[in-house]
Amino acid sequence: MTLPDTLQLSFKAIMSYRLRSLLIVFAMALGVAAVIVLTALGDGARRYVVNQFSSIGTNLLVVLPGRAETSGSFPGAVLGQTPRDLTLKDAQLVGRLPQVRRYAPLNVGVAELSAANRLREVTVLGSNANLIPIRHMQLAQGSFLTQGSAQSAQIVLGAKLASEFFPRSQAIGQRVRLGENRFLVSGVLVLQGESMGFNTDEVVIIPIDYAQSLFNTTSLFRVLVEVNSRSEIQSAKQAVLDTLKESHDGEDDITVITQDAILATFDRILHALTLAVAGIAAISLIVAGVLIMNVMLVAVNQRTAEIGLLKAIGATAADIRRLFFVEALWLSLAGAVIGFILGQFGSLLLRFAYPQLPAWAPVWASLAGIIVALIAGILASLLPASRAARLDPVKALGKK
Amino acid sequence: MIDLTAITRIFHMGDQVVRALDDVSVRISSGEYVSIMGPSGSGKSTLLNIIGLLDKPNSGNYALDGKNVTALSENEQAQIRREKIGFVFQTFHLVPRLTAAENIELPLILGGIPPKDRCLRVDAALLAFELQDRAQHRPAELSGGQRQRVAIARATIMQPTVILADEPTGNLDHHIGGEVMSLLEKLYESGTTLIVVTHDRELGARAHRQIIMRDGKILTDQANDPA
Ligand SMILES: Nc1ncnc2c1ncn2[C@@H]1O[C@H](COP(=O)(O)OP(=O)(O)O)[C@@H](O)[C@H]1O
Ligand SMILES: [Mg+2]
Repeated sequence: MTLPDTLQLSFKAIMSYRLRSLLIVFAMALGVAAVIVLTALGDGARRYVVNQFSSIGTNLLVVLPGRAETSGSFPGAVLGQTPRDLTLKDAQLVGRLPQVRRYAPLNVGVAELSAANRLREVTVLGSNANLIPIRHMQLAQGSFLTQGSAQSAQIVLGAKLASEFFPRSQAIGQRVRLGENRFLVSGVLVLQGESMGFNTDEVVIIPIDYAQSLFNTTSLFRVLVEVNSRSEIQSAKQAVLDTLKESHDGEDDITVITQDAILATFDRILHALTLAVAGIAAISLIVAGVLIMNVMLVAVNQRTAEIGLLKAIGATAADIRRLFFVEALWLSLAGAVIGFILGQFGSLLLRFAYPQLPAWAPVWASLAGIIVALIAGILASLLPASRAARLDPVKALGKK
Repeated sequence: MIDLTAITRIFHMGDQVVRALDDVSVRISSGEYVSIMGPSGSGKSTLLNIIGLLDKPNSGNYALDGKNVTALSENEQAQIRREKIGFVFQTFHLVPRLTAAENIELPLILGGIPPKDRCLRVDAALLAFELQDRAQHRPAELSGGQRQRVAIARATIMQPTVILADEPTGNLDHHIGGEVMSLLEKLYESGTTLIVVTHDRELGARAHRQIIMRDGKILTDQANDPA
């Protein structure tokens, strides 16, 4: 028997047992679709987190006052001391380290912004010119504290604030009042939307000196540090710790967070999670395989007389085995293809429902889903096919 | 030329031993028309199955066209069934989900005949057995006589040298049974060896040689003049 004839004959068998075939294809398709949709979800979540992290900057160190909670509470607290402040001087010391490309001191607070007969509370970021490149923010127009203009009363408006306060005119060059002080609008941020729970469209940025006097403080909230390269992150972290320990009279009272470490941890956890859900979904493929095996065994039983007849008219054991094998292959192939389409469609629906989530199934997951389905189908057909091939023709013909 | 020597076929039913064929020797020349008769359980079907290579004897020798076939591998035996032997059964054994034409085509598919030739040969067979207008019907939509005509068409489509028919008229009424026998006899007239197992004395008497079996042995084996 030729291969095309084998394919055609077993295809005919599938088409004549329609309900049975639909059931198997459906079970297989659900399994493949589950693998694809669940990995799309898991990998989408992973990519979402990674994107969010890299949107706040690369090769970033964050310096904050106080000891990290992990090593117990600040030892000074027991003695009634508060942790030493992080000051602009500290920030400048950090900025001089060889591993550091640039740094941005940061103060955050809330103040009233008023202009053009409007008034509202806004989040105020006080920093230097480096904040914008370090935090991967972008100016739609204008500039912030470029050389020559340093320390002047400049303000950058978030995109939404700019259009709110100056809907009809250019924001740049306008005068606004923030708290008690007057500022000149020198730049407008690109509309960005929310990232890491922080909406840059509704903030204003002013020079750090103005921010410290506005909030009446000399202590910094954070220092953001951009390191030259990824490989220098660890040494930079240690250098920052050492420098500030020295400047703080030998007290270990600051914490340095590396963004890469957090990112790598999230990446690992979410990748493991994706693999786990893919594995669970793959179990449904094994279940589908067992279903195929049972249905094929029933089919061998039902078609015993037919198998006997095929042998009587000259089919070899190999012919019979191949017929049942190919039949199972057709079924799992159809299940895999339909499951793939269903899975892609499901991922599309996910992306449609949650536009922030890049829910694309990774190629490895789609391939693995399809391959596991085919293997399950092939393995499931081996037993029924060899049982059919071994049937004694006389007994098979006698069965009705 | 079918040459059976001292063929014994034993079945075990629990602790009972059944000698379905007990030291049977028989020669049937090419082109003979033989009927095998005898009471139920006398070993007629077993004899036919062994001649058709569907069953293996426990002992004895079987030479087909001068070639010892008892020792052949399963695949070689399948090839002989495919090329030299045509089976016709009492219960027709058509594949219910295939059409008449597709049932007739099956042996050609197993023989690896190209689709174009298959088409021509199936059409010719449909014509020869007056089944043209039933080609696309499934067995369930055919009468008993039509079903057996499809089965005979299928048995002959590979132009075998031997036709083995096991009670081919057992499920048909007398008139239709006679017609089916005439079809088989036409094959014999064109040179095919025809061996028919039957219960019907009248039909059995149409053969040129009558074998009567009892308890796994050949009781009588004599030439017959069908007049
Ligand atoms: N597969 C089998 N298992 C056990 N006994 C069998 C089997 N096939 C046939 N027999 C026995 O062998 C004997 C001959 O059977 P069979 O050739 O079918 O007789 P007939 O066709 O003449 O009616 C009977 O006694 C039957 O019960
Ligand atoms: Mg019988």
